[in-house]
Amino acid sequence: MLRYGLPLLVFGVILYFLFGGLSRDPRLVPSPLVGKPAPAFDLPQLRTPETRSSQADLVGTPTLVNVWASWCVACRDEHEVLLRLARARRVRVLGLNYKDERDNALDWLSRLGDPYESIIVDADGRAAIDWGVYGVPESFLVDAKGIIRYKHVGPLTWALVEDELFPLLKKSPGRP
Amino acid sequence: MPVLALLVLFTVFGPALAADPAVFRFEDAGSEARFQALTKELRCLVCQNQSLADSHAELAGDLRREVHAMMKAGKADREIVEFLVRRYGDFVLYRPPLDPRTAALWLGPIGLFLLAGLVGFIALRRRGATPPPEVAAEERARILALLQSGPENGATGTPSHKI
Repeated sequence: MLRYGLPLLVFGVILYFLFGGLSRDPRLVPSPLVGKPAPAFDLPQLRTPETRSSQADLVGTPTLVNVWASWCVACRDEHEVLLRLARARRVRVLGLNYKDERDNALDWLSRLGDPYESIIVDADGRAAIDWGVYGVPESFLVDAKGIIRYKHVGPLTWALVEDELFPLLKKSPGRP
Repeated sequence: MPVLALLVLFTVFGPALAADPAVFRFEDAGSEARFQALTKELRCLVCQNQSLADSHAELAGDLRREVHAMMKAGKADREIVEFLVRRYGDFVLYRPPLDPRTAALWLGPIGLFLLAGLVGFIALRRRGATPPPEVAAEERARILALLQSGPENGATGTPSHKI
């Protein structure tokens, strides 16, 4: 029993972990920022470049910070979801325009619709590094106290919004 | 002739064209070596099997710029690595630190090696401890007879020799 059972058991355990590894996406890197305060920033706004925004503007109501760019193909996929999320009025949607041209960004919004309450501009990508951004689009849920509660890399889907965002919003007080 | 000139130009400057557009200035060879060593130890998040030193991803270029700026600001290697780990996690490290989460990763191979050694040791000892198989009295007599019967009967025998 031990002679054949034990190697078989060890083989089974190895197989379990190897197969488990196959179904995981290596591109998803868990962010160390979840549970931490949103990083400090001081950036101009897209629509009114003379006004600036900082991390203080995140405090008060839960906010979805969405990192996007007009050159980003996957951002187009999630745009409908963002518009629907903005209409649902359960969370404030803030844009972080990453390494983009102002004209292209404004043109994108006028053509596809504008889900953002306000948009900050990170022209050289320096602020995005502080947010640990490595692939646009990325979305962060920041609670009313300014703590990052959730991060998603890649295009948002409505299923994700319902399964991940809304339950977290229920837990976090202070609706917009 | 102009074609030849172009070919020569591409041959000479081809490698330069392929290189990173952001070329950094270093005050001395030591800090350049330090920069190279540091960026080789850091993993690019976009092309995950390349180091920051090797990757051509735009983000890798941005991060190299950050590393260079921090070096110029007099930051120690440890501080620069911490800066990146705070933002991107242990993932950026090719050598993750030894902590409870990574203990299995670091100690697993040593543990497996010790386990295999132990199993091998026990198996060998067991084999040594088992007595040679018992031989029945008549079998023993036949064996002795064969051994004593000399070359004409056994020693020159072919493998197919019948007893």
